[in-house]
Amino acid sequence: MEFISAAIIPLMLVLIIGMGAIKKVGVFDCFIGGARDGLETAVRILPSLIALLTAITMFQASGALDFIVSALAPPLALIGFPKEAAPLALMRPVSGSGALAIVKDLLTRYGADSWIGRTASVMMGSTETTFYTLAVYFGCVHIKDTRYTVKAALLADLSGMLASVYVVKLFFY
Amino acid sequence: MINYIWGGLMLLSLVTAFFTGRLEAVSNAAARGASEAVTLSLSLLGVVCFWTGMMNVARESGLVAVFARAVRPLTKLLFPRLPRDSEALDAIVMNIAANVLGMSNAATPFGLKAMRALNKRGGGSATASHEMCMFAVLNSASLQLVPTTVIALRQGARHPFEIIIPVWIVSAVSVAVGAAAAKLFAAASER
Repeated sequence: MEFISAAIIPLMLVLIIGMGAIKKVGVFDCFIGGARDGLETAVRILPSLIALLTAITMFQASGALDFIVSALAPPLALIGFPKEAAPLALMRPVSGSGALAIVKDLLTRYGADSWIGRTASVMMGSTETTFYTLAVYFGCVHIKDTRYTVKAALLADLSGMLASVYVVKLFFY
Repeated sequence: MINYIWGGLMLLSLVTAFFTGRLEAVSNAAARGASEAVTLSLSLLGVVCFWTGMMNVARESGLVAVFARAVRPLTKLLFPRLPRDSEALDAIVMNIAANVLGMSNAATPFGLKAMRALNKRGGGSATASHEMCMFAVLNSASLQLVPTTVIALRQGARHPFEIIIPVWIVSAVSVAVGAAAAKLFAAASER
């Protein structure tokens, strides 16, 4: 399994560059164009990242985060959910930058190779900013009544959060 | 909503700090958090740009079209009422393919195009159609093959990429649950 994980990325890179070469695409120029898009995105999200990382760092330093986490601990312990990841699960559907700030904090405090670090990474990588997406998509066509969309989307998020915990346990431990 | 969350986080921090006697720690945290955000985005920049660059190569060499072909049969299952060659279905297929490759800059225009086409089919109603709901649910789940931001964050790990297979499994579970829920709710609302 470890070998497969290690081989996926090199394989993808070979596939992409190989296919570009076969199709006679200017691979370097294409790469530069795409990387520039990435740069723009990074610059665009910086203000919200500053706002949210500041707020979350303050929230943690004040002791408020500890209160919430310890209040959530008993019910979460019943289902084997790491209480440290609970704030991430709550933030993820609402704000991508906020979730990013929490993951960064968890990776710094517990380490990327820890159980919590791995679980947080999988949660972050396998879910999306649900409310933002729904607002953009329904907003553009002026839909007022989204019916059952929020319910279904949040069920998907919830299952993703729970599955992250159990899949990481099965996969690594 | 984010306005309330952000404002709430700030206010709660300050009120809590007042009672726990950590006002100074919170002021320091504000400065630290703000500058950490800049270091963080700088440290992510390289890896994220690398992948957006690679994915642009993938798009230019037609890999998106290959993915789109693979996705099409699946969309028949999820959107049975859309005609095969409709504008809406074409945009949906391209949106999903771009999402799989993690090209959100390319996926969003296709997604909005699909929503507009679906809206036209529904006669511009203010109530979402089942197809719109299903499509929005799919987009609010993660379909991305390489979770670039997380991998960039994990640069200090022994194996930054080791989470990729778990991410695929969990994404599949989450998308399947979302799609199934949308189908069930749709069926229930028709009764």
